[in-house]
Amino acid sequence: MSSHNLEEQFQQKIDQDIKIEPKDWMPDAYRKTNTRQISQHAHSEVVGMLPEGNWISRAPSLKRKAILIAKIQDEGGHGLYLYAAAETLGQSREQMINDLHSGKAKYSSIFNYPALTWADMGAIGWLVDGAAIMNQVMLTRTSYGPYARAMVRICKEESFHQRQGFESLLVLSKGSEEQRALCQDAINRWWWPALMMFGPRDQESTNSDMSLKWRIKRKTNDELRQQFVDMIAEQIKVLGMTLPDPALQWNATRNHYDFGEINWDEFWQVVKGNGPCNKERLEARKKAWEKGAWVREAAQAYANKKNTGTKAA
Amino acid sequence: MKQFIKKLYYGDIPDAGSGTTPSNDQQPRTDWPLWEVFIRSKQGLDHKHVGSLHASDAQMAIENARDVYTRRQEGVSIWVVESKHLTASNPAEAGELFEPAADKVYRHPTFYNLPDQVNYM
Ligand SMILES: [Fe+2]
Ligand SMILES: [Fe+2]
Repeated sequence: MSSHNLEEQFQQKIDQDIKIEPKDWMPDAYRKTNTRQISQHAHSEVVGMLPEGNWISRAPSLKRKAILIAKIQDEGGHGLYLYAAAETLGQSREQMINDLHSGKAKYSSIFNYPALTWADMGAIGWLVDGAAIMNQVMLTRTSYGPYARAMVRICKEESFHQRQGFESLLVLSKGSEEQRALCQDAINRWWWPALMMFGPRDQESTNSDMSLKWRIKRKTNDELRQQFVDMIAEQIKVLGMTLPDPALQWNATRNHYDFGEINWDEFWQVVKGNGPCNKERLEARKKAWEKGAWVREAAQAYANKKNTGTKAA
Repeated sequence: MKQFIKKLYYGDIPDAGSGTTPSNDQQPRTDWPLWEVFIRSKQGLDHKHVGSLHASDAQMAIENARDVYTRRQEGVSIWVVESKHLTASNPAEAGELFEPAADKVYRHPTFYNLPDQVNYM
């Protein structure tokens, strides 16, 4: 069969919403795009543990500490589901980890911002996990089977992340003057970076828009961002706080909230590695990897020894 | 095929050069072996494939599977099998493989029209 035919059949499957599975024929670019996106998504989950991990030992109560640990453990699991999905495309785990550590592979820029106060734990859960969920709910319907299944699993776990964040802010919002100020400050610092999580504006894209054609993505960046703004602009009323955007306003004609322009300069700076914590995050990942090397080697040596032992017996 | 994805989506962080290498250029691999994980969600149900993970041996695979796939009591039993021991049918040959069942409608109860009195059969 000619590759032209294969491509046509592939597109027909996509158009009929038939999932693509690991051993199915797929265009090279589809494989590469998925490999790249899924592995970056995995890296984001793993690096995403760092800003919150810093606060485990400083959580204000045992309850909050247990919640935070549970959430961070979930994120580690999300990383694993996604690495495993990327591996079905032929990329080795080791290669992905190496690409992250060498700086070749990227992860979501949001994690290059620092978590300065306890209130940030609430703001991250509500805004950062909230923004991630918008994207991930869409991805439960992505065309590559293993990615879609990983997303279903992840979405089931994510809703607790956002809820615990909001609840934590809610407590602060009803607290002392100082607690209310912490709450507002965290929202002010995380709002714009959270909006940037959806990526560049649609108009910056070229028309070779294969991600939508191949149904890897099913909504555009701007659609998802608008959906997020509409949701948060309502939820913040419950907190009695404000979003740091004077242009934020309900637009009855559009049936959406209007909002101000993102600082795209900052966006590109952080993507290029010049965010507040880019260096620190990567260093922390590398250090954890290097310090864990002896554990990996010891486990392997133990397994090898056991294997030769059974053979000899 | 000369198609490149230019659009920059969330989860697809822009950076020229990344992710563009062919997927098979790595090696030698020092990863722990890959295991497929099957979970029985409750007594009386089949084990079902839930995903995969790396582990140095079977015991570690089970412990990791517990930590990753059953943190919310999703299982009462775990099977792990090293991925290299699985044999899968070839999707390209699915047509021929499953063709024999295609023309045997009489294997289904709905093929038989019975009078109303006995139609609960
Ligand atoms: Fe996550
Ligand atoms: Fe999360």
